[in-house]
This record gives sequence, C-alpha cells and structure tokens, in this order.
Amino acid sequence: MPAALETIALEKHFGGLVASSNVSLRIEPGARHALIGPNGAGKTTLVNLLTGVLAPTSGRILLEGTDITALKPHARVARGLARTFQINQLFAELTPLEAVGLAVSQRLGRGGDWWQPAGARSQVVGEVVDILERFRLADVMHEPTGILPYGRQRLLEIALAVAGAPRVLLLDEPAAGVPEEERHVILDSLDALPSDVAVLLIEHDMDLVFRFARHISVLVNGALFTQGPPEAIARDPRVRQVYLGEGEHV
Amino acid sequence: MLTILFDGIAYGMLLFVLASGLAVTLGLMNFVNLAHGAFAMAGGYCTVLLVNRAGVPFFAALPLAFLLSAALGLAAERTLYRHVYAKSHLDQVLFSIGLVFMSVAAVDYTMGSSQVFVELPAWLRGQFSIAGVGIGRYRLMIVVLCGALTIALQAVLTRTRFGSRLRAAVDDARVARGLGIGVDRVFALTFAFGSGLAGLGGALGTEIVGLDPTFPLKFMIYFLIVVTVGGSSSITGPFFASLLLGIGDVAGKYYVPTLGAFAIYTIMIVVLILRPQGLFVRSGAR
Amino acid sequence: MSARLPASAVRDGFAARARLHPLEVVFWLAALGTVFLLPGRHLLLTEIAILGLFALSLDLILGYAGIVSLGHAAFFGFGAYAAGLLAKHGLLAEPLLALIVAGLAAGALGFATSFLVLRGSDLTRIMVTLGVALVLREVANRYAWLTGGADGLQGVEMAPLLGRWRFDMFGHTAYCYALCVLFVLFVLARRIVNSPFGLSLQAIRGNPLRAAALGIPVDRRLVAVYTLSAAYAGIAGALLTQTTAFASLSVFDFERSADLLLVLIIGGTGYLYGGLIGAIVFKLMQDYLAYLTPQYWPFWIGLLLVAIVLVGRERVAGWALPLRRLVARLDWRGRPAPAAGE
Repeated sequence: MPAALETIALEKHFGGLVASSNVSLRIEPGARHALIGPNGAGKTTLVNLLTGVLAPTSGRILLEGTDITALKPHARVARGLARTFQINQLFAELTPLEAVGLAVSQRLGRGGDWWQPAGARSQVVGEVVDILERFRLADVMHEPTGILPYGRQRLLEIALAVAGAPRVLLLDEPAAGVPEEERHVILDSLDALPSDVAVLLIEHDMDLVFRFARHISVLVNGALFTQGPPEAIARDPRVRQVYLGEGEHV
Repeated sequence: MLTILFDGIAYGMLLFVLASGLAVTLGLMNFVNLAHGAFAMAGGYCTVLLVNRAGVPFFAALPLAFLLSAALGLAAERTLYRHVYAKSHLDQVLFSIGLVFMSVAAVDYTMGSSQVFVELPAWLRGQFSIAGVGIGRYRLMIVVLCGALTIALQAVLTRTRFGSRLRAAVDDARVARGLGIGVDRVFALTFAFGSGLAGLGGALGTEIVGLDPTFPLKFMIYFLIVVTVGGSSSITGPFFASLLLGIGDVAGKYYVPTLGAFAIYTIMIVVLILRPQGLFVRSGAR
Repeated sequence: MSARLPASAVRDGFAARARLHPLEVVFWLAALGTVFLLPGRHLLLTEIAILGLFALSLDLILGYAGIVSLGHAAFFGFGAYAAGLLAKHGLLAEPLLALIVAGLAAGALGFATSFLVLRGSDLTRIMVTLGVALVLREVANRYAWLTGGADGLQGVEMAPLLGRWRFDMFGHTAYCYALCVLFVLFVLARRIVNSPFGLSLQAIRGNPLRAAALGIPVDRRLVAVYTLSAAYAGIAGALLTQTTAFASLSVFDFERSADLLLVLIIGGTGYLYGGLIGAIVFKLMQDYLAYLTPQYWPFWIGLLLVAIVLVGRERVAGWALPLRRLVARLDWRGRPAPAAGE
C-alpha cells in the first residue's frame, strides 16, 4: 500500500546553507502525523518543498505513489495535496463566501467558468454551505476577510485548505497566535477532519501535538532526528536535550 | 567598420553619463524616475543658450549645465520627490510621467518646438584619420571626457567615505540609518548629482542625438534599457550595458537599416525575460 | 449559528455581485438617450465611447488581475491599423466583421506577448510593456509602405455598416455603432468578472501564492485575461479607425497609455464603470483645456497627475466614498455590502 505522501532523500541547499538534509519521510494514508523540532530546523522549508513552492536540490516526492517532484504547486493541489500557512495567507478583499466558493469551484473543475456566477452550480453551493457551517464562518461570510478577527481568519485559512477535499493535508502551525479562548474551535475542526485524509501537523504547542498525533517525527537542523509514537518521543532523552539545548529559542 | 565601433563606443559612453544617475537613483531609492530625461533636457538647453546667445565658451558651459541640472534636481527632490518614495511603483511612474508632461510643455512654451543646435568651437568639428580609421573629433572628446567621468565616479564610489555611505544606503537603507548614516542627505545629494550628470549628458548629446522639447519622451526608453540590462546595484553594470547598447544601436542601424532600431528593444526584452533583475546584478542585491 | 445555513443564502451571496444595480440601468438608459437628445455632440461622444472601451480593457488587467501595463496602446494601435488595412485594401468590406478580425488579431498579439508579463515585478512589467509598445510604433514607422508611416494610413474608405448604414460626417452612425459595441463588450466583461474566473483573477491579484495553493493555474489565467484585454483594446482601436477613416502613428504613442492610466485613476479601477466614468470626465476636461490652451494642455494633465499622486490615490478615491455609499444605499433590495474596492 503506497504511502499517502513520501519523500526520498530530499535535499535543499541555499548556496552553502543546507536547509534540508537527506529527508526521507513517510506519511501513511489516514495518518495523524506531527512534525516537531526546534526553531530553524527547517520545518516550513520542508512544507514548501512538499508543496512545490521551493524546488529541491535533489531527491523525490511521491504523492500516493506518483512522482510529483516536477509538478508546479497548483498541479499538486489538483492531485490532492493541500496546505495551510504559518502566517495567514488570505485574500483580504474577498469575503469568506467568495474565497471558499473559489476553492470549491476550482476543485470541481469549474474554476475557469467565465459566464455563470459561482452560485449557479448546485454542487458548488452545497459544498460551500458544508464548509462554512463546519468552520463556523456562516455569520461572517459576507465580510471582507481583511476585517475579520484573527481567530476567524485562522479558521478560514484551514477551511480553504479543506475545501479542496485533499488526500493529504499539511498544517503549518494552525493554532499559532490564536487566543486561548478560541483554540478549542481550531482543535475541534482538526478532530473533525475525515479519517481517510492523511494529516501532517507542524506545531510548537506540545499539548496539541500529543493530543492530536499518532506518530511524531522530529526534525533538527534540516535532518530527520528521530521518529516514533508519541509515548516513545515523550520519553526520549535525546529529544528533550535537543529542545532544552536550544533553551533561549523555545 | 572600426569607425562604426568607435561611434558606438562614443554613443554608449554618452548613454552611460545620461543614464548613470537614473541607475543610482533606482538602486538607491528603488524609485522609477521616468522624468530623468527632463534634467538632461535642462542641461542641453542651458548649454545652447549660454553658448549660442551669451557667447560662453563650450567647455565653460558644460559645468554650468551640470550645476543647473543638479540644482534643479536638488530642488525637485527636496520639494516633490521625497514625498513619493514610499509609494507604489505605479504611483512613482505616474508621478514622473506627470513631471515629464509638464517639462515638455514648459520647454515647448518657452523655447519653441523646433530642434536646437549648439555652436561648437572650430577645433571640435570634423574628423581626422588615425591609421585609416575616421575618428570624429567631437566623438573623441566625448569618449575621453566620459571615460574620465566614469573612472572618477568609480573612484568616488569605492574610495571615498561618501561612496561607502552611498553603497551602504543602496544595500540596506534601514540598517544604514541605524548606523548613523544620514540617508536623507545621501539621497538628496545623490539625486542632485545624478541629475547634474544627466544635464551634462544632455549638453554633450545635443550635437550627437539632437535636442528638442520631446527629448525626455524620446530617450526615456533608452535610459530604462540601460538600467534594465545593466541592473541598478553598481556602476559597472550600466557602463557595460551602455556600451553594449551604443554599439548595438549604431551597428544595427548601419548594417541592418530596416531593423536597426529594434536591436536595442529586442535586447531589452530578451534580457528581461531571461533575467528579470538585469544582466549585471550582484547576487543578493535588491 | 445553530440553525442550518440555507443554500439559498449562499446562492444569493454569489449572485449579489452579479446583480444589476438600478444605477446601471440609469447609466445605460442615459447613454441611449444621448443618441437622440445630443445629436450635435455625437463626434465627441464617439471618442468618449472608444476611450471608455480602451479603459475598460486596461481595467480588466489592472483592476482585476493587478497587472501594471504602460504599453496598452500597442494593442490599441495594432487593432487600429488592422482595421484600416482591411478596409483600405478591400480585404474585408463589412465593418463589423473587420472589427472582429482586428480584435482577434490584437488578441493574438496579446497572447504572444503575455509571457512577458507573467514574471517579474511591477517595475519589470512597466518597462517590458512600454518596450513592446515602442517597438510596435517603430515597426509601424519603418514599414511606411504598409502603414503610411508618419503621414498615417490614407485612403481608408468605410463601407456601410451591415450593408445599410453609411458612416456620415456628423458621426451619427459612428456613435450608435461605437455605443453598441461598447455595450455588448461591457456586458460580456461584466459576466466574466463575476464568474469564478473573474474571482480567481482577484484572488491572484490579492495573493498569488495562496491562489496557487488553492489549485488555481495562475499563469494560465493571467494569459487568458491579458489576451482578452488585448482583444478589447484592439477593438477600441479598430473603432477609432473605422469611425474616423484614418489611422496614424499616434495610436501607439506613449501619451495614450499614460492618458489611459489617468482615466482609470479618475474613474477608479476594479468595478468596470471606472473606465467609462473616467473617460467621460477626461474627455470633457481635455476638450475644455484644449479650448483654453490648445498647444499646452499636456502641461495641465501632467500637473493633475503629479497632484493626484502627491495627495494620494486612496484619498482621491476616498472622496468618492460617500458617493459609493449613496450608490449602495440606492439599491432598495438590500444586497450584502460591497467589499471595499481598490
């Protein structure tokens, strides 16, 4: 059974700087997989490599068995690989309704429609309703994204990725910057993700990681340091040392 | 053929003097100043008036043209340009287009719309032969003068304190300010100097490329090409770009008359496709 | 929040953008009215319609896709000369057909040059588009045996429109023709910008990185809208040639592209009517200024540009904000509030 997402000896060099070193990561179908590591370990670089924003220096990336190393970012999305961004990347002038509608239309192959408005297709409408409700965005769906409170924006960030009905979902610090009171909404939405979707979660918040993940990989200085089930990682003295050794950053 | 090469070099040197100010302004303030040609035009008309009407010797008029354009540049920078630095590129373009329109119309109104000529001293006219190659006297003077200017510019940039402050401000204005470098003053002086150079170039160029009120519009694209192809983070880039373009333009017009003018446009477009930041850019520069 | 979100609310939300606002109806009725009520001004009105169409074409790429172009006159001029040559050499007598062919030709040119604006910063795009327009002007100048060079394309004789309506010297046929073309193309543009395609353009303008992350093929969309915009500009140019029976090198002039930007600044970008309103204001202003100072009115245009930039485009647009709010309130059907435009 092919992995949902797999990298083979992935390398990324920026001149003399090695950002990713021999990363061979395997994410199983339906996984709840977390990627942790100290600041500067190269986690976001890895996500950028996986999604095609950066081109690797060497190595391959396989999505459900198919080699996607040469594919552009939008082509990878079309094959079912979605991501969220650590810093919200939203469309400030579009409303959540329009943004979600755009994502859904694109996925259903209707993104290039130029004559009818997006609401003409009932399938699009149905899915938009579903997403807006699931992410509690219905009451703000007509507001321009730029004026929404941060917590709502973060929800929209995740909603846009989920709207693409991905097979593999990469979440880059989804709870970052979200105030304590609103965290549970994010967590609930993560719990509600379909079980056949493989999820890679990058997080600094260890509570969230240990609550969510069934498998954890540790990235240090661009290389895979160790990996295993949460209990093993929690008990591993080397992992603790890697974090505590960089005390002022954590 | 060597004459063509020589003419191309002369033209390229002239382009360099004209465009160097724009290159530095662009690299320094990240500002697209399409009105650069207006300062060149000012220098040109100043020289024409001084030499033709007031009888000032040609070589005395040149530094006066430089000073006039520098003064205009300084005044414009302090009153108008500094308010536009932080705006978007589109706004800067619109702003400088507006200045171009105003200057073209103003000169048209005051000087008339026909082409003007400068009365050269006798020893600068005509040409002489070296080893069978025809060398125009005026063009030779340009090569010598502009060559000296280029060397002086490079020396100022690399050997003086002002030069290092300028280079620091180009690399990173914020850090430069943090180091106590008076970035605003550097901007103002550099802009003035660049405009002065443009004025000098305009004065020198009157004989070679002609001068009329539409000069800023006609030559806008040439300056942009020099800056695009040469990049804006050094002096050497625009220098070589100017030479390339000067030779390409003169040779193109001579050997392939129907397509000659396209040579430089095509070069620019090709370069922009392959290297959007310019041919000679230092890696890591903006 | 516990009640189910009705599908109709979502459908209406999408449709709201595309719904016809009462003021639009007023606008077009007024335009139709000028056909009958202002017969003495049809020549000027034709110029306004053509400029409006040209501005509309630039709004498509500037206001919606965020592509800054300083050389849109390239497509305008290409269409103008295409239509002129088709008429002059009797290749295609029917003006409407020639118009379509000229538009397609300009669109093809847009498609061929679209790759130039895909990459690079705003600055690169400005210079590249400027370069293309100047190259075309040079081409037209050089190939004077074809284009008439600096003298312009002489001997263009227009056959009657659709075989029935002759182009008269008062511009009556010309104006009705131009107005109809403008209206049809406007309706088409309106549908396009409110479709998923149009929405994706705005997404690309706002955040190209995220747009790609949604699966939108950014380059393909930009090429498509650039081609469409070029075709529109070409049709505007063809209209100019057909209504004046003349084409000159001035169609490629840099001033044309600059004036166009001013039109869109005056009228505003991103809502399609900006080009039309701006064209009306600009042409009236130009008419008046040219009457006052026939030779030096570019000076005042330049001054206006400088002033607008110094004051700030957002502030200038902000002066229109109360008007926009009034416009929104005039829609008694209570559509959702429009998102803050550019």
